[in-house]
Amino acid sequence: MASQDIIARSATTTLPPSVRQQEEVAKLIDTSKCIGCKACQVACSEWNELRDEVGHSLGTYDNPQDLSAETWTLMRFTEHENTVGNLEWLIRKDGCMHCADPGCLKACPSPGAIIQHANGIVDFNQDHCIGCGYCITGCPFNIPRISQKDHKAYKCTLCSDRVAVGLEPACVKTCPTGAIVFGSKADMKEHAAERIVDLKSRGFEQAGLYDPDGVGGTHVMYVLHHADQPQLYAGLPNQPVISPLVGLWKGMSKPLALLAMGAAVLAGFFHYVRIGPQRIEDDEHPAGKDPSVREVDPAVHVFDPSNPGAQGEDRP
Amino acid sequence: MTNHWTDIANANLVLVMGGNAAEAHPCGFKWVTEAKAHNQARLIVVDPRFTRTASVADYYAPIRTGSDIAFMGGLINYLLSEDKIQHEYVRSYTDVSFIVKAGFSFEDGLFSGYDAAKRSYTDKSGWGYEIGEDGFAKVDPTLQDPRCVYQLMKQHYSRYTPALASQICGMPEDSMRKIWEEIATCSQPGKTMTILYALGWTQHSIGSQIIRSAAMVQLLLGNVGMPGGGVNALRGHSNIQGLTDLGLLSNLLPGYLTLASDAEQDYDAYIAKRALKPLRPGQMSYWQNYGKFHVSLMKAWYGANATAENHWGYDWLPKLDIPGYDVLKMFDMMAKGQVNGYFCQGFNPIAALPDKNRVMASLAKLKWLVVMDPLATETSEFWRNVGPYNDVETATIQTEVIRLPTTCFAEEDGSLVNSSRWLQWHWKGAEGPGQARTDVQIMSELFLRLRERYQREGGAWAEPILKLNWPYKVAHEPSPEEIAKEFNGYATADFTDVSGAAFKTGQQLSGFAQLRDDGSTASGCWIFCGSWTEQGNQMARRDNSDPYGMKQHLGWAWAWPMNRRILYNRASADLQGKPWAPNKRLVWWNGKTWGGTDVPDYKVDVAPEAAMNPFIMNPEGVARFFALDKMAEGPFPEHYEPFETPIGINPLHPGNKQATSNPAGRVFDSVWDSLGQAKDFPYAATSYRLTEHFHFWTKHCPINAVTQPEQFVEIGEALAKEKGIVAGDRVRVTCKRGHIEAVAVVTKRIRPLQVNNQTVHQIGIPLHWGFTGATRHGYLTNTLVPYLGDGNTQTPESKSFLVNLEKI
Amino acid sequence: MKDKPILRYTANERSNHWAVAILFFMAALSGLALFHPALFWLSHLFGGGPWTRILHPFMGVLMFVLFLGLVIRFWRANILTANDRLWLRRVDRVMRNEEQGVPPVGKYNAGQKLLFWTLLLCMLVLLLSGVVIWRAYFSQYFGIGGIRLATLLHALAAFVLVLSIIVHIYAGIWIKGSVGAMVHGWVSRAWAKKHHGLWYREVTGEDRSDSHIGKKG
Repeated sequence: MASQDIIARSATTTLPPSVRQQEEVAKLIDTSKCIGCKACQVACSEWNELRDEVGHSLGTYDNPQDLSAETWTLMRFTEHENTVGNLEWLIRKDGCMHCADPGCLKACPSPGAIIQHANGIVDFNQDHCIGCGYCITGCPFNIPRISQKDHKAYKCTLCSDRVAVGLEPACVKTCPTGAIVFGSKADMKEHAAERIVDLKSRGFEQAGLYDPDGVGGTHVMYVLHHADQPQLYAGLPNQPVISPLVGLWKGMSKPLALLAMGAAVLAGFFHYVRIGPQRIEDDEHPAGKDPSVREVDPAVHVFDPSNPGAQGEDRP
Repeated sequence: MTNHWTDIANANLVLVMGGNAAEAHPCGFKWVTEAKAHNQARLIVVDPRFTRTASVADYYAPIRTGSDIAFMGGLINYLLSEDKIQHEYVRSYTDVSFIVKAGFSFEDGLFSGYDAAKRSYTDKSGWGYEIGEDGFAKVDPTLQDPRCVYQLMKQHYSRYTPALASQICGMPEDSMRKIWEEIATCSQPGKTMTILYALGWTQHSIGSQIIRSAAMVQLLLGNVGMPGGGVNALRGHSNIQGLTDLGLLSNLLPGYLTLASDAEQDYDAYIAKRALKPLRPGQMSYWQNYGKFHVSLMKAWYGANATAENHWGYDWLPKLDIPGYDVLKMFDMMAKGQVNGYFCQGFNPIAALPDKNRVMASLAKLKWLVVMDPLATETSEFWRNVGPYNDVETATIQTEVIRLPTTCFAEEDGSLVNSSRWLQWHWKGAEGPGQARTDVQIMSELFLRLRERYQREGGAWAEPILKLNWPYKVAHEPSPEEIAKEFNGYATADFTDVSGAAFKTGQQLSGFAQLRDDGSTASGCWIFCGSWTEQGNQMARRDNSDPYGMKQHLGWAWAWPMNRRILYNRASADLQGKPWAPNKRLVWWNGKTWGGTDVPDYKVDVAPEAAMNPFIMNPEGVARFFALDKMAEGPFPEHYEPFETPIGINPLHPGNKQATSNPAGRVFDSVWDSLGQAKDFPYAATSYRLTEHFHFWTKHCPINAVTQPEQFVEIGEALAKEKGIVAGDRVRVTCKRGHIEAVAVVTKRIRPLQVNNQTVHQIGIPLHWGFTGATRHGYLTNTLVPYLGDGNTQTPESKSFLVNLEKI
Repeated sequence: MKDKPILRYTANERSNHWAVAILFFMAALSGLALFHPALFWLSHLFGGGPWTRILHPFMGVLMFVLFLGLVIRFWRANILTANDRLWLRRVDRVMRNEEQGVPPVGKYNAGQKLLFWTLLLCMLVLLLSGVVIWRAYFSQYFGIGGIRLATLLHALAAFVLVLSIIVHIYAGIWIKGSVGAMVHGWVSRAWAKKHHGLWYREVTGEDRSDSHIGKKG
């Protein structure tokens, strides 16, 4: 994408050029339509040329078990017994949420390694990535992963390369049931509203849209049967915010810390200018004879003036 | 499918039972999603496991594997006793009024005519209609005659009370009733239910009858021939529909023509027996045209060599000395040393057939085995010792294995027939790798070499090979286009048909109505006639327009027969030719002809007043509740237990051992000893596919391997607790035929069921792993499956068998 | 012999100190590069961002190990005594270069001692939190909450450390002769007597000086 479309850039304190107005896009994942077929996982691997390792079964349907630098999206399966004792198999496609207020971008120390496009896509530029992993620390959804091969951070790009040329993300293209749809954020909200009406007609009173305010809204949204309990869906955060620890670390404390350091240097400088150094004046030369030095402490060096070279220490 | 994929979107209720559409058919399942999202459809799933399909269902109920007829029988009883049927449809378009012969009876689990020694119904003479003096079947439109199908059916299913059905199925009675009530609402003309099933129904010793019972329910509800209705088999391979269409079964010819038996040496008798005359006045009985289809087939095969004088080469066709040489039979013969060589084309029998150890032993008796496959299949390496996964003594196996690498579907042009009966042309995506050749190429070269040798040296019964028509431009590599055109059919001589249309030699035909039995037409598969006409390749069409908004899409590819999308679609209109409901309009009578959103499955110029009925392939013109003599087990579906039953008896016939399991099921004598009993193997197991893999193919693909890397079995929480098993443990699953070891998935999705007053635990066993490919090695699941099958289709009982379970 | 200087630091001690100092500068500069965008240019000193990320933790660990050497050498001399409290109370006079009332100190004054322990604490926090956020080897063993906390603590400890070192450096500039002590090891007797009177007495054995330092000051 053209650089004008970047509205935020990591480790950049000035405003980037963002002259073009672009419509915000969003991917809507309808958990009530998702059958957990993992076609999106496969499509993601195909399009992005990702080949994770053939792992093990740990007694669940989740494979791979977690996101990695080679797995940018995956299905998380949860067996949930609802209040009336009926079983629900909640399946959630996990991956980058493309927050409007991205914690990864906030945490990233490398200028331009993480960028936010005007359409809402938060993208990693591995060329600028230094592999520190601060993005992981900053992410409220625990999404980015550092490759152990090249030590760069990776995550879902929302197929920014496809979207830039007017295509939908690969996972959307492949989703067989239409559980993943893509379009302008406004359209997706409208579509979600229809779905929520349908779900309510099927007894899911708490059906709703997951577009959390705490991170300024997201450009990947979920339709949930139980929007009041997002944590049921394999721990989807209820009120995600950038961790206060990260906020503290990356917020005002940074400039303040720099200021403090600068101030300390200046304080020293002015102290020197105003009060001046402490020098040894001639009359302060100690008098008296110079007996042999006693050993008082192992930390205190022993000097025997009668044998100045004893320890190879010559008077300079 | 009687209907088709996109038509599912027209349904008001979707019943997925005997299948797991979301798992095994995720792409087609989009139409279920569509029906839910835009037609307010409800989805009901009945399955031993809470499946991926159940995860998006409105209602799920568990059922014990193999007890589906009890559920359906109970439902039939419920619909009849609560009078929740589509009366006019049932009365007019089905056989309810037909009078059944006095010889038919049903006592203590057995129909009349059973021969216990032969384990089959040797006398089916009673399984038919009373025929009047006029040569037509007798009917009683009042349905009062105690021998009419309606009364017999009502009586037969009156035994399937909700309480008993619940006891057999292990489904709580209130769940069952709730589902039945929901289904019953589809007897309204404006509401339809579609039933989606797959191998969860077919892979039982009573599989065909389960499906029949579902068809009966749909007929009672008036849902056959209706948009959003039907009985829909979701085929397990992309082209398995094409396989059956082209008659790749030992007793079939292309287009569901049948191979003659040894007794049928006389050509005219062979045709006469199949060209059935109408059983009721004014009916079409389309099979009357059998001779035209047959002669056209023979002209396609033998060309000028097929003449009226030699009965179009009838003598060159093999005649069956037994009902069929299905794979179970072949491998049984192989085990007995009666088979020397075996060609395995696109088939992985040690993985796909039941009782892997038996299949292995059979293969080891071969002198040679040829495997044509794109992949390194387990079968092609059955002789290789792969530790516990294939623990064989290689040195003792003398079979010579020849592997011929073939291209896969994406590496060749051609057509695939999907579950919707759509012939969809596809184009090569890439060249095949290495030495891979197309199957056509390999088979052609084999044929040419055989023919050359017969020509040179002669041999026994050389004519079928020497007389074969081989008109292809490149003899060793007939093109897909040439073959497709041949299947469609062409004129072999100039002629003018009854309507006055003139045909020139070599002209492509546009429909099977043009086929003739005088040798002037050829067609390799009559039902495909119309797929490649003078207008070109109809299968390559990709017009998805939908002018009526009824999701029929007649311009997309081409559906057999005659581009008809929904079979029996005349039944979507009432006796006057008007759609039963405006939202369900499919075809209708406009005063002159039949037309509408689909190609009418009917004679287009017959007015409704003529009372020709919609089921034109049947001589009686109506749909059958009473299956006549067509089924091995009897005219009405009856619940029989799986051969390995966890409860030991059939609760419907507790006193009759002969009626515990299918009395006409396919069991070879040598198999009885390999069957286990509940006291040793207490758990009911069922095998199935996962969405991450396709059979034994995709384990060769790294990405698929990543998504399901290692073999597992699914165990309910209650059983796991009993056995001290936690998720991730390794367990051994044993049956009388062998064992497998796998990771345990402990789940809430499988619950213990109360069956016949005892607790039955079920274990789920996915089948994708083996000892070749990119996944972690696993055991072939079919090690556990008993070597027996359905009496009609010979399909193995892969969905219901007994095992024991232990933690390793 | 009267002007005979005193050896304050041996060659090993001086080397150890300067090794720590060099590593501190490297770790601090590379750390600051990652700390604030305005300082990211510092990463070029280390061969770019990735090399900064790669080297920083190694420099930190090495700095810690070498600092341990200093700790072993000097920890006894940095134990706070009652005298130090008085010194701290009079630190304002020290800052004004006044000597009146400031008690004589041993090898290290209370300010130096506090600095010493602050450095040790910061180094420990930096090491432990640094391990937690060391993606290449250790982070996979820690939860995201722990990593976030460690990241914050790491930055905090680094901040304190940098401030402390600024003070330390300035003290060296301010107190003439200190740098020399750490460069060539020697201090003049006058210097020792003036800044570390008690230590001077200890090393010279002089009973009592005619020091101007008054007890009552």
